[in-house]
Amino acid sequence: MLAEYFPVLIFLGVATGLSIVLLLVGAILGPNKSSDDKMAPYECGFEAFEDARMKFDVRYYLVAILFIIFDLEIAFLFPWAVVLDKTGMVGLIAMTIFLTILVIGFIYEWKKGALEWE
Amino acid sequence: MMDHLMALGWILIKILAITIPLILAVAFLTLAERRVIGAMQVRIGPNRVGPWGLFQPFADVIKLLMKEVILPAKSNRFLFVLAPMLTLIPALVAWAVIPFEEGMVLAQIDAGLLYVLALTSVGVYGVIIAGWASNSKYAFLGAMRSAAQIVSYEIAMGFALVGVLVAAGSLNLTEIVLGQQGGIWNWYFIPLFPLFIIYFISGVAETNRAPFDVAEGESEIVAGFHVEYSGAAFALFFLGEYANMILISLLAALMFMGGWLSPLEAVPGIEGTFLAAPSIVWLLLKTMFFLFLFLWFRATFPRYRYDQIMRLGWKVFIPITIVWILVVALFVVKQWLWWAP
Repeated sequence: MLAEYFPVLIFLGVATGLSIVLLLVGAILGPNKSSDDKMAPYECGFEAFEDARMKFDVRYYLVAILFIIFDLEIAFLFPWAVVLDKTGMVGLIAMTIFLTILVIGFIYEWKKGALEWE
Repeated sequence: MMDHLMALGWILIKILAITIPLILAVAFLTLAERRVIGAMQVRIGPNRVGPWGLFQPFADVIKLLMKEVILPAKSNRFLFVLAPMLTLIPALVAWAVIPFEEGMVLAQIDAGLLYVLALTSVGVYGVIIAGWASNSKYAFLGAMRSAAQIVSYEIAMGFALVGVLVAAGSLNLTEIVLGQQGGIWNWYFIPLFPLFIIYFISGVAETNRAPFDVAEGESEIVAGFHVEYSGAAFALFFLGEYANMILISLLAALMFMGGWLSPLEAVPGIEGTFLAAPSIVWLLLKTMFFLFLFLWFRATFPRYRYDQIMRLGWKVFIPITIVWILVVALFVVKQWLWWAP
């Protein structure tokens, strides 16, 4: 069973090696002339006038939280979908109840304006 | 011992047989992109390097590798170098479970689709780490937008995949294709039509391509999360993005358009000829069609506004997919399998 995943592990090694080799080739072939202006963050020609690690909109954070909830939901749906032809109507009703609860939460966040981006 | 080494060597050969054509495909996709968009805008596009510009991608690669890799002074160096690797590695490794024909697959794992979904989700780390490590305002803003957009469409795409699972009853990509045998009428794009459309549009949004490319909206935040990257480090991002585009197109062909099955399978009069036989050529033709759509979208659609993108993902796609999953599930439970062979 796990043996089927062995090629994946090898592929992971090959892909990692490939990306390291590409970066090394770039570092070796490319010039390496450093200067203060070149190493400064790009800001369309201005000098960077404050730190880039600034406050950001809380909605990005909100999207990330909602994503976790919904992605877990999808992870729950995967095994259900595979065995649906065996569980039949019982499985469908159970999942309908589950999705209904999810949709109630979804409607709540919609009404609360969590999905608004003016 | 010898047997193990042989097996290992064989796996390595198979991996190279996937990776090298994939990288070549990315190279020629960039050329195709410029030629196709050129033709759509009544220009010629690159045609100087080699016949019809065929050597242009190689010239581009050589030029990119000869450029300096700039590490900005204020950046976090370790994360800055790690980010492009974190974009490219999952984009390549996801190909391990892709079947190109019956039996022609590197790792025949039963959780194939779950594996693909998991790996395409990892790609967002590369984006967000790149934006953070660059310590540049444009990169930071681009990474924020891009990450929020990718995770939003990940949900719509995940639900669309669940629809395919319900119809096919398996996570194994080979079995999903074989479940569509028996002619074009059995392909899943017909019973799952809304999910098919949502899957492909989400795929375009997920890869940050036009018209959903606000993350790199060049007219406002220059190049988004990879603005500070140059040379080989930029090449890694580029390779990852295009490999993902090809992956999305290939998956669309596998899950909805019958994969390597022939569209002429059930046409009377040609049974037994090469036209009706399943072949990797059909899979590649279907993939190219979807890739052409990517280029066509870029040449014709104006860019979406960010609030419109988020509204489409959350308020339109997610409700439609939830409803359609229940509809398909009802079909399966009631055994109204009018699409099954």
